[in-house]
Amino acid sequence: MKKIFALSIIMIACIVAGKAQKIKGSDTLLPLSQQEAESYMNSDPSQTVIVTGGGSGTGIAALIEGTTDIAQSSRKIKFEEKQKISEGGKSVKEVVVAFDALAIVVNPENKVTNLTREQLEGIFTGKITNWKEVGGADLKITPYSRETSSGTYEFFKESVLKNKNYKSGILSMPATGAIVQSVGQTKGAIGYIGLAYINKDVKAVHVSYDNGKTFTAPSVASAKDGTYPIVRELYYYYVTAVEKAVRPFIDYVLSPAGQKIVAETGFITL
Amino acid sequence: MNRTAEKLAESLLTVSGTTTGIVILLIVFFLFKEGAGFFHHNDVEAGYALCVNGENAVKNLSSGQIKDIFDYETGNWKEVGGADEEIVPFRVSDIINMYQEAELGENYVLLPEKIGETIAKTRGIIAFIPVQYLPESNPEVRVLESKRLNPSDFFMGKDWMPTATPAPQFGLLPLLAGTLWVSLFAIIIALPLGLGVAIYLAELAGERTRNLLKPAIELLAGIPSVVYGFFGLVVLVPFIQKIFDLPVGETAFAGSLILAIMALPTIITVAEDSIRNTPQSIREASLGLGASHWQTICRVIIPYSASGISAAIVLGIGRAVGETMAVLMVTGNAAVIPHTLFEPVRTIPATIAAELGEAPAGGIHSGALFVLGCILFIITAAVSVGAELISKNKYKNI
Repeated sequence: MKKIFALSIIMIACIVAGKAQKIKGSDTLLPLSQQEAESYMNSDPSQTVIVTGGGSGTGIAALIEGTTDIAQSSRKIKFEEKQKISEGGKSVKEVVVAFDALAIVVNPENKVTNLTREQLEGIFTGKITNWKEVGGADLKITPYSRETSSGTYEFFKESVLKNKNYKSGILSMPATGAIVQSVGQTKGAIGYIGLAYINKDVKAVHVSYDNGKTFTAPSVASAKDGTYPIVRELYYYYVTAVEKAVRPFIDYVLSPAGQKIVAETGFITL
Repeated sequence: MNRTAEKLAESLLTVSGTTTGIVILLIVFFLFKEGAGFFHHNDVEAGYALCVNGENAVKNLSSGQIKDIFDYETGNWKEVGGADEEIVPFRVSDIINMYQEAELGENYVLLPEKIGETIAKTRGIIAFIPVQYLPESNPEVRVLESKRLNPSDFFMGKDWMPTATPAPQFGLLPLLAGTLWVSLFAIIIALPLGLGVAIYLAELAGERTRNLLKPAIELLAGIPSVVYGFFGLVVLVPFIQKIFDLPVGETAFAGSLILAIMALPTIITVAEDSIRNTPQSIREASLGLGASHWQTICRVIIPYSASGISAAIVLGIGRAVGETMAVLMVTGNAAVIPHTLFEPVRTIPATIAAELGEAPAGGIHSGALFVLGCILFIITAAVSVGAELISKNKYKNI
């Protein structure tokens, strides 16, 4: 108890002294950043790093207003956001800290193993409605999407649908776990989930981004060597003015010790 | 001394009553104020404009047409009243693929010029760009005027795509239909069951069964709704899918079933109380005239407690309409107008819960969600007023 008390006093003192670094943003990155911060503070007790979530957009907004030192984001900074930062006379630096792969999953009973990006676009925009159109059984396709608030929803829309809208009235689930559950129990289902969520209840399909020349199965190895196409980068953003203060922590994340934590939290190392 | 204490207690009660009343009024005022803000937005995202080539004859595009163009559903200008020319949708991020960053100058000062060039040389273009990069001086560029959101687009709209760019679609119909559809069938399922149990508990069950069953039913009301939702998703949804051989198990029917179970405790408790409140004298009068127990129940007790039973129904409806979490998990949340019970639906409370967290404050999306809140408020207020009126009628129909 005394220890905790003393610790919190130290932490408050650090905040008052302005030494603490603040990281804010993406909920996807939250567990990773927290682990990194913890082990970074263990390795160098003089440092304090405070990590909070709230979503990628929230983090970058805080960076623009100068209320955070690092913004963690599961999507690339938007053109307009970059513009807002440069309006304030600052310039923003981007660091990729890890990768995350999205797997396309179907029900294990489904015979389809290969899908091209064009076919996926057709399925999720409602142009393709039956599995026999993509080489499967005569069965209605039921695509599952995430809710609009999710960063994964946006990334999938950008990367796979090329900014087109999902078909109107697509099934949308509040969490990745719910997609796994539903795809596992629905024969004609298809959905997208983070690589770490694949289990025996769902089957990951091989994806091609070159019109069916090569199909790649999602795995840590294929995502790392760039052969699996649906991979997103996870970013830290900071303004160049505070580079000196934030660089030691970022260097720690990029170091072998930091990257080991990346692998442990289910992401793909650089 | 005693008098002052009494006075103090009285004034304390008055103050707390008044504060509560004022707070409730403020909440309602806030809800409607935020909701009204929605209709002051334009149909194209704030801070952006749509530009076309100066030779293009099209003056006006509805937000549905804009969405179809950027989804590549509409491919030719003649489909929206223009010349026979292919439509080329263009977003500002496309320019970064066309020019090197250095060509755009420091802080993108040359960007408007480059956008102007691109628009001028592409006849079929429709460009979606931030207003600060509008190439205003370029005569080859014409900015499409953006219109106020049309209330009829909201109230009669059939698409709910709140994050579509450039033109988000806010159509109330699928959400309203989904909410009413799920609630209607929930009440159709819960009503006979609830009434049956209420009559059984009040009239037929022995003292021991009653003492066992009543707390058990009241316990149902204490289970958190997210637990009901999880139960529904893991047990009920696969079960429904198998029994009815459906492509998807997340359907309005699953939602109705879960809501029916959740509304049961309310219906049973209120209906049972009102049945038991039938005066002993009336009961005895009926039995004394030679009526059997069953005849007394059908012809005397149920008509006597009709108003209490109606209140139970109305309260059950209120519970069903406003329920969020359980429905969010089992109905599939697809914004389509349902035609059968075995289709996914999206309800108003589920929409608000799923989307409010990431909708930028003060923006068009959060405004739309507040309007949904107002509509939900009006529905539940109407339901409670209905319950109140029915309860007041209590002794009139005897």
